[in-house]
Amino acid sequence: MSISDLAGSVEQHIPRLRRYARALTGDRAAADDLVQDTLERALSRFHLWRRGSDLRAWLFTIMHNIFVNQARSRMRHPHEPFDEPAAERLQYREPDWSELRDIGDALGKLPVEQRTVVLLVGLEQFTYEEAARVLDVPIGTIMSRLSRARERLRALLGGDFRSAALKVVK
Amino acid sequence: MSRQIVTEADLHAYVDGVLPLGRAAEVEAYLAERPEEQARLAAYREQRAALRREFDPVLEEPPPPRLRVPRPVWLRPLLRYAAMVAWFALGGVIGWQLNAYTSDQRAEATSWPRSAAIAHVVYSPEVRHPVEVAADQEKHLVTWLSKRLGTPLKVPHLGEQGYALVGGRLLPGDRGPVAQFMYQDGKGQRLTLYVRVNRDDNRETAFRFAQEHRVGVFYWLDRKLGYALSGEVDRSELLRIATAVYRQLNP
Repeated sequence: MSISDLAGSVEQHIPRLRRYARALTGDRAAADDLVQDTLERALSRFHLWRRGSDLRAWLFTIMHNIFVNQARSRMRHPHEPFDEPAAERLQYREPDWSELRDIGDALGKLPVEQRTVVLLVGLEQFTYEEAARVLDVPIGTIMSRLSRARERLRALLGGDFRSAALKVVK
Repeated sequence: MSRQIVTEADLHAYVDGVLPLGRAAEVEAYLAERPEEQARLAAYREQRAALRREFDPVLEEPPPPRLRVPRPVWLRPLLRYAAMVAWFALGGVIGWQLNAYTSDQRAEATSWPRSAAIAHVVYSPEVRHPVEVAADQEKHLVTWLSKRLGTPLKVPHLGEQGYALVGGRLLPGDRGPVAQFMYQDGKGQRLTLYVRVNRDDNRETAFRFAQEHRVGVFYWLDRKLGYALSGEVDRSELLRIATAVYRQLNP
Protein backbone atom coordinates (compact mmCIF):
# COMPACT_ATOMS: atom_id res chain seq x y z
CA MET A 1 0.00 0.00 0.00
CA SER A 2 1.41 3.38 -0.97
CA ILE A 3 1.11 6.43 1.22
CA SER A 4 -1.52 7.67 -1.24
CA ASP A 5 -3.71 4.58 -0.74
CA LEU A 6 -3.19 4.78 2.99
CA ALA A 7 -4.16 8.45 3.01
CA GLY A 8 -7.38 7.46 1.24
CA SER A 9 -8.15 4.77 3.80
CA VAL A 10 -7.33 7.10 6.68
CA GLU A 11 -9.67 9.71 5.24
CA GLN A 12 -12.63 7.35 5.58
CA HIS A 13 -12.10 7.22 9.32
CA ILE A 14 -12.04 10.99 9.86
CA PRO A 15 -15.77 11.36 10.67
CA ARG A 16 -15.57 8.71 13.39
CA LEU A 17 -12.32 10.09 14.78
CA ARG A 18 -14.06 13.47 15.00
CA ARG A 19 -17.11 12.01 16.71
CA TYR A 20 -14.98 10.26 19.30
CA ALA A 21 -12.73 13.29 19.84
CA ARG A 22 -15.75 15.56 20.27
CA ALA A 23 -17.23 13.29 22.92
CA LEU A 24 -13.84 12.85 24.60
CA THR A 25 -12.90 16.54 24.81
CA GLY A 26 -16.38 18.10 24.86
CA ASP A 27 -15.06 20.91 22.68
CA ARG A 28 -15.21 21.29 18.92
CA ALA A 29 -11.89 23.09 18.39
CA ALA A 30 -9.97 20.91 20.85
CA ALA A 31 -11.46 17.82 19.21
CA ASP A 32 -10.41 18.88 15.73
CA ASP A 33 -6.92 19.74 17.01
CA LEU A 34 -6.71 16.22 18.36
CA VAL A 35 -7.87 14.72 15.08
CA GLN A 36 -5.36 16.84 13.17
CA ASP A 37 -2.50 15.71 15.43
CA THR A 38 -3.64 12.11 15.00
CA LEU A 39 -3.70 12.34 11.21
CA GLU A 40 -0.28 13.96 11.07
CA ARG A 41 1.24 11.34 13.29
CA ALA A 42 -0.44 8.49 11.43
CA LEU A 43 0.84 9.68 8.06
CA SER A 44 4.34 10.34 9.31
CA ARG A 45 4.66 6.83 10.68
CA PHE A 46 2.58 5.01 8.11
CA HIS A 47 5.37 2.50 7.60
CA LEU A 48 4.76 1.21 11.13
CA TRP A 49 1.22 0.23 10.31
CA ARG A 50 1.03 -3.53 9.79
CA ARG A 51 -0.83 -4.19 6.59
CA GLY A 52 -4.01 -6.20 7.07
CA SER A 53 -4.33 -5.10 10.68
CA ASP A 54 -7.25 -2.97 11.77
CA LEU A 55 -6.58 0.58 10.58
CA ARG A 56 -9.40 2.03 12.68
CA ALA A 57 -8.00 0.51 15.88
CA TRP A 58 -4.53 1.79 14.97
CA LEU A 59 -5.82 5.34 14.45
CA PHE A 60 -7.77 5.30 17.71
CA THR A 61 -4.69 4.03 19.52
CA ILE A 62 -2.65 6.93 18.15
CA MET A 63 -5.38 9.38 19.14
CA HIS A 64 -5.62 7.94 22.62
CA ASN A 65 -1.86 8.21 23.16
CA ILE A 66 -1.76 11.81 21.98
CA PHE A 67 -4.75 12.71 24.16
CA VAL A 68 -3.24 11.13 27.26
CA ASN A 69 0.15 12.77 26.70
CA GLN A 70 -1.45 16.17 26.21
CA ALA A 71 -3.54 15.73 29.34
CA ARG A 72 -0.37 14.85 31.26
CA SER A 73 1.55 17.86 30.02
CA ARG A 74 -1.36 20.14 30.93
CA MET A 75 -1.18 18.77 34.45
CA ARG A 76 2.51 19.50 34.57
CA HIS A 77 1.93 23.11 33.49
CA PRO A 78 -1.08 24.16 35.49
CA HIS A 79 -0.42 27.89 35.28
CA GLU A 80 -2.69 28.61 32.40
CA PRO A 81 -4.26 32.03 32.18
CA PHE A 82 -7.79 32.27 33.50
CA ASP A 83 -10.35 32.58 30.77
CA GLU A 84 -12.81 34.23 33.15
CA PRO A 85 -12.29 36.47 36.17
CA ALA A 86 -10.95 34.36 38.99
CA ALA A 87 -13.33 35.89 41.51
CA GLU A 88 -16.33 34.89 39.47
CA ARG A 89 -15.02 31.40 39.09
CA LEU A 90 -14.52 31.01 42.82
CA GLN A 91 -18.05 32.06 43.68
CA TYR A 92 -20.36 29.30 44.67
CA ARG A 93 -23.00 28.66 42.09
CA GLU A 94 -26.00 26.46 42.41
CA PRO A 95 -25.37 23.51 40.09
CA ASP A 96 -27.72 23.57 37.16
CA TRP A 97 -29.33 20.18 37.47
CA SER A 98 -31.23 20.36 34.23
CA GLU A 99 -27.94 20.96 32.45
CA LEU A 100 -26.36 18.04 34.25
CA ARG A 101 -28.81 15.68 32.70
CA ASP A 102 -27.14 16.27 29.37
CA ILE A 103 -25.00 13.29 28.43
CA GLY A 104 -22.16 15.53 27.19
CA ASP A 105 -21.85 17.34 30.51
CA ALA A 106 -22.09 14.09 32.43
CA LEU A 107 -19.25 12.63 30.33
CA GLY A 108 -17.07 15.59 31.25
CA LYS A 109 -17.47 14.64 34.89
CA LEU A 110 -16.08 11.15 34.39
CA PRO A 111 -12.39 10.48 34.94
CA VAL A 112 -10.65 10.21 31.57
CA GLU A 113 -9.95 6.50 31.91
CA GLN A 114 -13.65 5.79 32.42
CA ARG A 115 -14.76 8.19 29.70
CA THR A 116 -12.55 6.55 27.07
CA VAL A 117 -13.94 3.09 27.82
CA VAL A 118 -17.59 4.10 27.82
CA LEU A 119 -17.09 5.96 24.53
CA LEU A 120 -15.08 3.27 22.74
CA VAL A 121 -17.64 0.63 23.71
CA GLY A 122 -20.89 2.59 23.75
CA LEU A 123 -20.33 5.12 20.97
CA GLU A 124 -17.70 3.60 18.69
CA GLN A 125 -18.90 -0.01 19.07
CA PHE A 126 -15.48 -1.45 19.77
CA THR A 127 -15.53 -4.95 21.26
CA TYR A 128 -14.10 -5.24 24.76
CA GLU A 129 -10.99 -6.92 23.29
CA GLU A 130 -10.46 -4.12 20.78
CA ALA A 131 -10.93 -1.48 23.46
CA ALA A 132 -8.37 -3.29 25.63
CA ARG A 133 -5.86 -3.19 22.77
CA VAL A 134 -6.48 0.47 21.97
CA LEU A 135 -6.07 1.51 25.60
CA ASP A 136 -3.33 -1.04 26.26
CA VAL A 137 -4.92 -2.42 29.44
CA PRO A 138 -6.16 -5.91 30.37
CA ILE A 139 -9.75 -6.75 29.52
CA GLY A 140 -10.61 -7.02 33.21
CA THR A 141 -9.68 -3.35 33.56
CA ILE A 142 -11.98 -2.50 30.66
CA MET A 143 -14.87 -4.28 32.38
CA SER A 144 -14.32 -2.62 35.74
CA ARG A 145 -13.95 0.84 34.18
CA LEU A 146 -17.05 0.31 32.07
CA SER A 147 -19.02 -0.73 35.12
CA ARG A 148 -17.87 2.28 37.14
CA ALA A 149 -18.41 4.67 34.24
CA ARG A 150 -21.97 3.54 33.60
CA GLU A 151 -22.88 3.64 37.25
CA ARG A 152 -21.42 7.13 37.58
CA LEU A 153 -23.30 8.32 34.50
CA ARG A 154 -26.50 6.83 35.85
CA ALA A 155 -26.08 8.82 39.06
CA LEU A 156 -25.21 12.01 37.15
CA LEU A 157 -28.10 11.67 34.76
CA GLY A 158 -30.61 11.26 37.52
CA GLY A 159 -30.55 7.53 37.92
CA ASP A 160 -33.81 6.74 36.28
CA PHE A 161 -33.77 6.28 32.54
CA ARG A 162 -37.35 7.54 32.36
CA SER A 163 -36.30 11.03 33.43
CA ALA A 164 -33.77 11.12 30.61
CA ALA A 165 -36.39 9.93 28.18
CA LEU A 166 -38.82 12.58 29.40
CA LYS A 167 -36.27 15.26 28.73
CA VAL A 168 -36.11 14.22 25.12
CA VAL A 169 -39.87 14.25 24.74
CA LYS A 170 -40.58 17.65 26.27
CA MET B 1 -32.13 -26.32 39.25
CA SER B 2 -28.59 -25.04 39.10
CA ARG B 3 -28.16 -21.68 37.46
CA GLN B 4 -24.83 -20.21 36.44
CA ILE B 5 -23.76 -17.13 38.29
CA VAL B 6 -24.43 -13.96 36.34
CA THR B 7 -21.54 -11.55 36.67
CA GLU B 8 -21.38 -7.78 36.30
CA ALA B 9 -19.42 -8.35 33.08
CA ASP B 10 -22.29 -10.51 31.74
CA LEU B 11 -24.74 -7.71 32.40
CA HIS B 12 -22.65 -5.20 30.44
CA ALA B 13 -22.14 -7.66 27.61
CA TYR B 14 -25.92 -8.10 27.59
CA VAL B 15 -26.42 -4.33 27.30
CA ASP B 16 -23.83 -4.18 24.52
CA GLY B 17 -25.44 -7.09 22.71
CA VAL B 18 -22.33 -9.24 22.67
CA LEU B 19 -23.47 -12.21 24.78
CA PRO B 20 -23.94 -15.55 23.03
CA LEU B 21 -27.65 -16.39 22.69
CA GLY B 22 -27.70 -19.15 25.32
CA ARG B 23 -26.01 -16.94 27.85
CA ALA B 24 -28.34 -14.04 27.05
CA ALA B 25 -31.30 -16.27 27.90
CA GLU B 26 -29.72 -17.04 31.27
CA VAL B 27 -29.22 -13.35 31.93
CA GLU B 28 -32.86 -12.68 31.01
CA ALA B 29 -34.00 -15.36 33.45
CA TYR B 30 -31.83 -13.73 36.12
CA LEU B 31 -33.27 -10.29 35.37
CA ALA B 32 -36.87 -11.49 35.37
CA GLU B 33 -36.72 -11.79 39.15
CA ARG B 34 -34.84 -8.53 39.70
CA PRO B 35 -36.69 -5.36 38.65
CA GLU B 36 -33.99 -3.09 40.10
CA GLU B 37 -31.37 -4.70 37.94
CA GLN B 38 -33.69 -4.35 34.97
CA ALA B 39 -34.00 -0.63 35.64
CA ARG B 40 -30.24 -0.30 35.99
CA LEU B 41 -29.61 -2.01 32.65
CA ALA B 42 -32.33 0.05 31.01
CA ALA B 43 -30.47 3.16 32.21
CA TYR B 44 -27.26 1.84 30.66
CA ARG B 45 -29.03 1.15 27.42
CA GLU B 46 -30.40 4.67 27.46
CA GLN B 47 -26.87 5.99 27.99
CA ARG B 48 -25.77 4.23 24.82
CA ALA B 49 -28.69 5.69 22.91
CA ALA B 50 -28.05 9.16 24.35
CA LEU B 51 -24.40 9.02 23.26
CA ARG B 52 -25.46 8.23 19.71
CA ARG B 53 -28.13 10.95 19.69
CA GLU B 54 -25.68 13.51 21.01
CA PHE B 55 -22.62 12.70 18.91
CA ASP B 56 -23.78 10.98 15.72
CA PRO B 57 -24.53 14.37 14.13
CA VAL B 58 -20.75 15.00 14.17
CA LEU B 59 -20.46 12.30 11.50
CA GLU B 60 -22.50 14.44 9.15
CA GLU B 61 -20.53 17.64 9.67
CA PRO B 62 -18.19 18.36 6.78
CA PRO B 63 -14.63 18.25 8.16
CA PRO B 64 -12.86 21.62 8.22
CA PRO B 65 -10.22 22.04 5.49
CA ARG B 66 -7.35 21.36 7.91
CA LEU B 67 -8.70 17.84 8.46
CA ARG B 68 -8.78 16.82 4.84
CA VAL B 69 -5.92 14.52 3.98
CA PRO B 70 -4.31 16.34 1.07
CA ARG B 71 -2.94 13.41 -0.86
CA PRO B 72 -1.23 15.23 -3.72
CA VAL B 73 0.50 17.54 -1.26
CA TRP B 74 1.64 14.65 0.88
CA LEU B 75 3.15 13.10 -2.15
CA ARG B 76 5.28 16.12 -2.88
CA PRO B 77 8.65 14.77 -1.86
CA LEU B 78 9.85 17.92 -0.15
CA LEU B 79 6.85 18.13 2.19
CA ARG B 80 6.91 14.45 2.85
CA TYR B 81 10.55 14.74 3.67
CA ALA B 82 9.84 17.63 6.02
CA ALA B 83 7.14 15.62 7.79
CA MET B 84 9.44 12.65 8.19
CA VAL B 85 12.23 14.82 9.46
CA ALA B 86 9.83 16.25 12.02
CA TRP B 87 9.04 12.71 13.04
CA PHE B 88 12.72 11.81 13.34
CA ALA B 89 13.26 14.87 15.46
CA LEU B 90 10.49 13.70 17.76
CA GLY B 91 11.99 10.23 17.79
CA GLY B 92 15.28 11.81 18.71
CA VAL B 93 13.75 13.71 21.59
CA ILE B 94 11.96 10.63 22.89
CA GLY B 95 15.09 8.59 22.47
CA TRP B 96 17.08 11.20 24.31
CA GLN B 97 14.60 11.25 27.19
CA LEU B 98 14.63 7.50 27.46
CA ASN B 99 18.39 7.55 27.47
CA ALA B 100 18.42 9.97 30.33
CA TYR B 101 16.78 7.28 32.41
CA THR B 102 18.48 4.14 31.24
CA SER B 103 22.17 4.17 30.62
CA ASP B 104 21.95 0.71 29.10
CA GLN B 105 19.72 2.08 26.37
CA ARG B 106 22.03 5.00 25.87
CA ALA B 107 24.90 2.67 25.13
CA GLU B 108 22.60 0.71 22.88
CA ALA B 109 21.27 3.70 20.98
CA THR B 110 24.61 5.33 20.31
CA SER B 111 26.72 2.30 19.70
CA TRP B 112 25.18 0.42 16.85
CA PRO B 113 24.53 3.19 14.31
CA ARG B 114 28.04 4.34 15.18
CA SER B 115 29.40 0.85 14.52
CA ALA B 116 27.59 0.96 11.18
CA ALA B 117 29.18 4.32 10.35
CA ILE B 118 32.64 3.05 11.34
CA ALA B 119 32.21 -0.07 9.20
CA HIS B 120 31.17 2.20 6.36
CA VAL B 121 34.26 4.36 6.72
CA VAL B 122 36.55 1.36 6.92
CA TYR B 123 35.26 -0.62 3.94
CA SER B 124 33.71 1.79 1.47
CA PRO B 125 37.03 3.34 0.31
CA GLU B 126 38.45 -0.10 -0.47
CA VAL B 127 39.37 -0.40 -4.12
CA ARG B 128 40.46 -4.01 -4.41
CA HIS B 129 38.60 -5.70 -1.55
CA PRO B 130 35.46 -3.75 -0.73
CA VAL B 131 33.48 -6.95 -0.10
CA GLU B 132 34.14 -10.57 0.76
CA VAL B 133 31.55 -12.00 -1.61
CA ALA B 134 30.75 -10.05 -4.76
CA ALA B 135 27.32 -9.43 -6.28
CA ASP B 136 27.89 -12.03 -8.99
CA GLN B 137 27.53 -14.65 -6.24
CA GLU B 138 24.52 -12.97 -4.68
CA LYS B 139 22.68 -16.19 -3.87
CA HIS B 140 25.67 -17.60 -2.03
CA LEU B 141 26.16 -14.27 -0.23
CA VAL B 142 22.58 -14.23 1.09
CA THR B 143 22.61 -17.90 2.11
CA TRP B 144 25.92 -17.52 3.89
CA LEU B 145 25.02 -14.35 5.80
CA SER B 146 21.53 -15.65 6.68
CA LYS B 147 23.16 -18.73 8.14
CA ARG B 148 25.68 -16.75 10.15
CA LEU B 149 23.07 -14.30 11.52
CA GLY B 150 20.69 -17.17 12.20
CA THR B 151 17.74 -15.60 10.38
CA PRO B 152 16.75 -15.27 6.71
CA LEU B 153 18.08 -12.06 5.16
CA LYS B 154 16.95 -10.32 2.02
CA VAL B 155 19.25 -8.11 0.05
CA PRO B 156 17.43 -5.07 -1.36
CA HIS B 157 17.98 -4.14 -5.01
CA LEU B 158 18.46 -0.45 -5.52
CA GLY B 159 18.88 -0.32 -9.28
CA GLU B 160 15.83 1.89 -9.62
CA GLN B 161 17.42 4.33 -7.20
CA GLY B 162 20.64 4.29 -9.20
CA TYR B 163 22.71 2.02 -6.95
CA ALA B 164 24.05 -1.39 -7.89
CA LEU B 165 24.93 -4.09 -5.38
CA VAL B 166 28.70 -4.50 -5.00
CA GLY B 167 28.45 -7.43 -2.57
CA GLY B 168 28.65 -8.03 1.13
CA ARG B 169 30.71 -9.13 4.07
CA LEU B 170 30.44 -10.54 7.56
CA LEU B 171 31.46 -8.29 10.45
CA PRO B 172 31.79 -8.76 14.20
CA GLY B 173 29.14 -6.88 16.18
CA ASP B 174 28.84 -6.41 19.93
CA ARG B 175 26.23 -9.19 20.04
CA GLY B 176 27.48 -11.46 17.31
CA PRO B 177 27.74 -11.53 13.55
CA VAL B 178 26.59 -8.57 11.49
CA ALA B 179 26.04 -8.38 7.74
CA GLN B 180 27.14 -5.47 5.59
CA PHE B 181 25.91 -4.98 2.04
CA MET B 182 27.60 -2.44 -0.19
CA TYR B 183 26.10 -0.45 -3.08
CA GLN B 184 27.62 1.90 -5.59
CA ASP B 185 26.24 4.42 -8.06
CA GLY B 186 27.56 5.37 -11.49
CA LYS B 187 29.98 7.91 -10.02
CA GLY B 188 31.47 5.49 -7.52
CA GLN B 189 29.51 6.89 -4.56
CA ARG B 190 29.04 4.05 -2.07
CA LEU B 191 26.36 3.26 0.49
CA THR B 192 26.42 0.43 3.01
CA LEU B 193 23.54 -1.36 4.66
CA TYR B 194 24.44 -2.78 8.05
CA VAL B 195 22.10 -5.54 9.28
CA ARG B 196 22.11 -7.02 12.74
CA VAL B 197 19.83 -9.24 14.82
CA ASN B 198 17.68 -7.51 17.45
CA ARG B 199 17.51 -8.66 21.01
CA ASP B 200 13.75 -8.24 21.00
CA ASP B 201 11.82 -9.77 18.09
CA ASN B 202 8.89 -7.45 18.12
CA ARG B 203 10.29 -3.98 18.17
CA GLU B 204 9.69 -1.62 15.33
CA THR B 205 10.79 1.95 15.26
CA ALA B 206 10.51 4.91 12.96
CA PHE B 207 13.55 5.91 10.95
CA ARG B 208 16.13 7.73 12.99
CA PHE B 209 19.07 9.71 11.76
CA ALA B 210 22.58 9.92 13.15
CA GLN B 211 25.52 11.90 11.81
CA GLU B 212 29.01 10.55 12.48
CA HIS B 213 31.38 13.15 11.08
CA ARG B 214 30.78 13.05 7.35
CA VAL B 215 28.76 9.85 7.39
CA GLY B 216 24.99 10.04 7.70
CA VAL B 217 23.13 7.01 9.03
CA PHE B 218 19.41 6.26 8.86
CA TYR B 219 18.60 3.38 11.15
CA TRP B 220 15.49 1.52 12.25
CA LEU B 221 14.35 -1.71 13.86
CA ASP B 222 11.99 -4.02 12.01
CA ARG B 223 11.01 -7.06 14.05
CA LYS B 224 13.94 -9.52 14.03
CA LEU B 225 16.45 -7.22 12.40
CA GLY B 226 17.99 -3.80 12.86
CA TYR B 227 19.07 -1.88 9.75
CA ALA B 228 21.43 1.05 9.37
CA LEU B 229 22.02 2.66 5.99
CA SER B 230 25.21 4.75 5.89
CA GLY B 231 26.63 7.05 3.26
CA GLU B 232 28.45 10.31 2.70
CA VAL B 233 25.55 11.71 0.72
CA ASP B 234 23.10 14.38 1.71
CA ARG B 235 20.36 13.53 4.07
CA SER B 236 17.42 13.67 1.66
CA GLU B 237 19.23 11.36 -0.76
CA LEU B 238 19.98 8.93 2.05
CA LEU B 239 16.36 9.07 3.17
CA ARG B 240 15.19 8.33 -0.35
CA ILE B 241 17.31 5.19 -0.40
CA ALA B 242 16.37 4.17 3.17
CA THR B 243 12.71 4.42 2.23
CA ALA B 244 13.30 2.25 -0.83
CA VAL B 245 15.14 -0.32 1.30
CA TYR B 246 12.32 -0.36 3.82
CA ARG B 247 9.69 -0.80 1.11
CA GLN B 248 11.52 -3.70 -0.47
CA LEU B 249 11.95 -5.46 2.84
CA ASN B 250 8.23 -4.94 3.61
CA PRO B 251 6.57 -5.41 0.23
